[in-house]
Amino acid sequence: MANVGIVIVSHSPKIAEGAADMVRQMVGDSVNLAYTGGDPGGGLGTGVASIREAIDRAWSEAGVAILVDLGGAETNSEMAVEMLDEERRDRVVVCNAPIVEGAVMAATEASGGSSLETVRRTAEELSPQ
Amino acid sequence: MKDHTATEQATDRAELVNAVGLHARPSVKLTQLAKTFACRVDIALSADGPWVDAKSPVKVMRVKAPRGAVLHVRTSGPGAGAAAEALMALVRGGFGDHTDQPADLSHG
Repeated sequence: MANVGIVIVSHSPKIAEGAADMVRQMVGDSVNLAYTGGDPGGGLGTGVASIREAIDRAWSEAGVAILVDLGGAETNSEMAVEMLDEERRDRVVVCNAPIVEGAVMAATEASGGSSLETVRRTAEELSPQ
Repeated sequence: MKDHTATEQATDRAELVNAVGLHARPSVKLTQLAKTFACRVDIALSADGPWVDAKSPVKVMRVKAPRGAVLHVRTSGPGAGAAAEALMALVRGGFGDHTDQPADLSHG
């Protein structure tokens, strides 16, 4: 079975790209990975359409775990998930975890073939209880 | 009738010889390797524990052992011997790190 894919959504394209670099260098190529961030004008922001595209790029039959930074990154990610086909919607989760550490931990878990729920739980282990 | 076949078990230890010890990237590699085995795999910095599930990325990341520390491994279940051997080989090999060089992309 395929490994869970990872999507990174930050207001800052540099943070999104940097977090993705960390995942690639530390975890390797065995998980699908996509990132998105920033608005078309070059400023900070997140967009539902670009998050949907990122989910498509990182898509795996095992599901996709999304790591977000603040506010709109989370709500736009949730909207992007809601717009997915019913058949895919249940296989995408937004993790309540710090974006960089969560992405590396989630990808590490995913690289071992763990389920989406386990990947999410590992990322969320990092959050204050 | 109970089956009294003993569960396969192994213990071993090795010194951390790479420059950074068990920090971010080595932790990820150790977790990834542990996950390739079906048996239970625990690590500790002392033979008395506390033992940590080597398949948990977050728990392994929190171990944070420096160069020179001795990492203990304890395995139990199918493939326990091979798992302990593989993990200790990773540690003795310095996690594939090359001293103080920056991240080596080829090792993923």
